[in-house]
Amino acid sequence: MEYFSLTVQQALRMLEAGEVSSVALTESVLARIEAVEPTVQAYLALDREGALRQAEQADIARKNGQAGPLCGIPVAIKDVLCTTTMPTTCGSRMLEHFVAPYDATVVTRLARAGSVLLGKLAMDEFAMGSTSENCAFKVPHNPWKPGYVAGGSSGGSAAAVAADQCFASLGSDTGGSIRQPASLCGTVGMKPTYGRVSRYGLVAFASSLDQVGPLTKDVRDCALMMNAICGHDPLDSTSIDQPVPDYCHALQDGLKGITIGIPREYFGQGLDPEVEQAVRRGIAMLEEAGAHLVEVTLPHTDYCVAVYYLIAPAEASSNLARFDGVRYGFRDRSADSLIEMYNKTRSHGFGDEVKRRILIGTYALSSGYYDAFYKKASQVRSLIKEDFAKAFAACDLMVSPVTPTPAWKIGDKADDPLALYLSDILTLSANLAGIPGMSVPCGFSRDGLPIGMQLQAAHFNEAVLLRAAHNLEQRAGVVGKKPALA
Amino acid sequence: MKITRDEVRHVAKLARLDLSGAEVDRMTGQLNVILNYVAKLDELDTDGVAVTTHTQQVVNAFRDDEVRPSLPREQALANGPEQNGESFVVPRVIG
Repeated sequence: MEYFSLTVQQALRMLEAGEVSSVALTESVLARIEAVEPTVQAYLALDREGALRQAEQADIARKNGQAGPLCGIPVAIKDVLCTTTMPTTCGSRMLEHFVAPYDATVVTRLARAGSVLLGKLAMDEFAMGSTSENCAFKVPHNPWKPGYVAGGSSGGSAAAVAADQCFASLGSDTGGSIRQPASLCGTVGMKPTYGRVSRYGLVAFASSLDQVGPLTKDVRDCALMMNAICGHDPLDSTSIDQPVPDYCHALQDGLKGITIGIPREYFGQGLDPEVEQAVRRGIAMLEEAGAHLVEVTLPHTDYCVAVYYLIAPAEASSNLARFDGVRYGFRDRSADSLIEMYNKTRSHGFGDEVKRRILIGTYALSSGYYDAFYKKASQVRSLIKEDFAKAFAACDLMVSPVTPTPAWKIGDKADDPLALYLSDILTLSANLAGIPGMSVPCGFSRDGLPIGMQLQAAHFNEAVLLRAAHNLEQRAGVVGKKPALA
Repeated sequence: MKITRDEVRHVAKLARLDLSGAEVDRMTGQLNVILNYVAKLDELDTDGVAVTTHTQQVVNAFRDDEVRPSLPREQALANGPEQNGESFVVPRVIG
């Protein structure tokens, strides 16, 4: 077995036993990247020398008895997280050469835990998209079927983990951008409760929805990454000051005494029969593990897409006003006046999807339309949040599909924005309600494409998600299956 | 029809975006599809329903008013497309 195919937990055991060095792990994963990156296209930036230097330091730290919980583990992060050692492009021409003057808090926390930062991963421009096709530089491919989408917007983060191009990664999730690519690429992905993980240094898309989270090869690795990144940060005023449990403790129990809700509306029209079958099989496994099943209802599910595609663009149109060609990023130098410079810079720096969302958001917030669109959507958001509160009065967590279909061909839905928005229907509501959600592999389609199960729980109840996910993983028979890449 | 070409042009101006004629056409079509879809929210009676702009019970996050190190000017300017060591330089604002 090659080192690059190990899980974080397996690599840590070998490091602790002195059977491998961080330098050897890092060299192995760098060789893997070299071999499969031409096919997978996950990395926007790779810091070979930096990674090897950090690995040497990690080996010294371990020798001196100063090993952090992720000491020597090579990881990579979505290119929406600020780093001082590499550019942070957000997949946009606008930030092609931008090097942040500070590190995101999650980057600092991963470094403090001793991990080795390999590079930055491809994504839809400013995290707007469901396929990563909106990346200005490269489009990641699904390692299970090159030519198919890896999902988005954290497509590079999912593809790199699935292709063993890093041991674990970080993504960001505004409407499903961790869970959906995790599902399409067959990795574990967690969107934590809003406020659980610091957003300091996460380039803002929609500030009331954005959250950073891990993508990993299995559930235990997800718990290890959560331990490293969660917790209060004074630098993020929306970060919540609540104690963080050791998430690995959640993995020891069966599901006796746990009630799992099955939201009726999540198994509706448009759900691919193969996806439904795989998820239903997974639900039966959770029942075998001791869980009690109940049907629950989320009556406003049908309105989630409409609410989301008003609120997220509204917040984005405001957040992206900062890209004006003055303080950082791209500037169109052909303009003679300031206003013309703004207009040309933004028109040439942003791609189509970003412009589309800025226009929707500006319209929804503009005089005469604010009440009909933004305010109305924010009211229905309250109804959606209440649906979840009622449902969680009757169950400890809910399970459902993550996406209505497995991955599709690159280019297939690129010309129909609404069709693509509708494919996000099962993941958007967790962001609107601020609750944690997770994707765990539960099977494969006949074409060999991964299918994930979504687990959702009440605020700050990530532990019960990990516990259920771990039980599913033990039974689903998908652990250790790898895509057949060269 | 929810939004006209002229309205798209107006919104683009508010958002500081220059759109070509072809872009205005395409965006008008796509925005109409999206706005027609989101109009389904009108099916719901939301009279008296409070808005949710934030999912957590947040109170203002204050810190003590003490002097701390801030970003040095050189670093703050480092990403500027044009700067003179003291300030960001922009094209003429007043004619």
